[in-house]
Amino acid sequence: MIHFDNVTKLYTNQNRPALDHVSVDVDKGEFVFLVGPSGSGKSTFLRLVLKEERPNSGAIHVAGKDLSRLSNFKVPHLRRRIGCVFQDFRLLPNKNVYENVAFALEVIGKPRRFIRKVVPEVIELVGLEGKAHRMPEELSGGEQQRVAMARAFVNRPMILLADEPTGNIDPATSIGIMKVLDRINRTGTTVLMATHDAAIVDSMRKRVVELEDGKIVRDQSRGVYGQAY
Amino acid sequence: MRANFIFSEVWIGLRRNLTMTIAVIVTVAVGMALLGVGLMINSQVTSLTGYWTDKIELSVYLCTKGSSFEACRNRGAATDEEKAKLKQTIQGIPDVERIEYESQDQAYKNWQATESNQVLLSITKVEDMPESFRVKLKDPDKAPAVMASLKGQPGVSNIINQRDILQSVFGFMGKLRTMALGVAFLMLFAATLLIGNTVRLSAYNRRRETGIMRLVGASNIYIQLPFVMEGLIAGLIGGVLAAVLLITTKVLIFEGIQTYMAAPLGWDTVAGIITGTMAVGVLICVLASFITLRRYLRV
Repeated sequence: MIHFDNVTKLYTNQNRPALDHVSVDVDKGEFVFLVGPSGSGKSTFLRLVLKEERPNSGAIHVAGKDLSRLSNFKVPHLRRRIGCVFQDFRLLPNKNVYENVAFALEVIGKPRRFIRKVVPEVIELVGLEGKAHRMPEELSGGEQQRVAMARAFVNRPMILLADEPTGNIDPATSIGIMKVLDRINRTGTTVLMATHDAAIVDSMRKRVVELEDGKIVRDQSRGVYGQAY
Repeated sequence: MRANFIFSEVWIGLRRNLTMTIAVIVTVAVGMALLGVGLMINSQVTSLTGYWTDKIELSVYLCTKGSSFEACRNRGAATDEEKAKLKQTIQGIPDVERIEYESQDQAYKNWQATESNQVLLSITKVEDMPESFRVKLKDPDKAPAVMASLKGQPGVSNIINQRDILQSVFGFMGKLRTMALGVAFLMLFAATLLIGNTVRLSAYNRRRETGIMRLVGASNIYIQLPFVMEGLIAGLIGGVLAAVLLITTKVLIFEGIQTYMAAPLGWDTVAGIITGTMAVGVLICVLASFITLRRYLRV
């Protein structure tokens, strides 16, 4: 599903590469934690999957597509198959829960009848039933992140990328977030989650890929956060 | 493509930047109106030039009794012999197409018909009017050479090239046209920058929305269209205002001077100019939006 082959990414004005000859394979339906300290290259990895950045060398395949051969014109279609969740939620403050989720379908031109059908379903899936007409500011951080997950998942993506989704949320609420991610993973969606949160990684017992200074230092199935230390 | 979604985005964008939108509309309107006025003057000059070129003549005036012209000093009126000789000389010039003689009576009648000053009419007598030869040239550009060769011939008081009179009118209109087009160009330049700035502000105001749109895979056209439409609508409104200004100009100014113009400016020309300026205005707005978007809305 995600295939990195000897990928190096060097940002301009920096002498150390953000990713240094990284090779990794993520299969369909896997749940993978991407761990490592700040600046280790986790976010760069996710940005490369979305083709927000281009690698300096190496090949990236996502959902069967060679990204270096994917024209800019086709990039939006790639992104429709990838859902994204961030630490800062990125909700639209002037739209309610339902509208925030529906926005993701409206802007890719889905018909209104389809939107009316799937949005309530996905709001229920993330556990926000009854809160469809709340505004983001009326919700707790955990609830806002659930809205963001509903928006990321509403178009049934093949891959869900989560960049520190529990970074702004207290540990008790984080468990609920992880349950939703696990539920999404069980529908067959590949989940790739970058995180600092050792407790969560340890409790989930999923595959762990650890980055340090842009290099993969550990790739372990059913791993924990700090085993290398 | 969900049209109502795009239009609601456009409406929000225009309303959020209301002052900038108004600035764009006014600049486009004034710029387009000046461009249109320049084009209207231009077509007026062209049609007038065409009309007059057929009629331009040299007037070779002859000495009268007591004429004050230098060439006639110390001599009387042109004699019949001098007139005959002069006529022969003029006919001998290869560039001359035809030649007409205007007698004192004719000149007086023509003058009476155009002069309205009663005092002048009552004291001027037929004998005061000069006789003249009206010379039509095959090529009006040859006039200076013909004038030079006729100057100083016995009995000739002075020679007037009608084109010189028209030239001063045309020259004035030409200057007006250049000024209108010059200011129009500056206004269009300002409009382009203003639109660029408006779109930039708009893109900045909506960076959350566009960021999410990018993320969920909205196509470029879906993301950019609302911004381009903002430019387009501002351009269109400006264009309509410019059309109103141009129609006013046509009614108030060009209709007013029409009595002096042998070749009036037709409504079909005005309609063509309005269509043209509106197209230019909208095109500039859309292009400016597009170019700015490429810089400030990375997709």
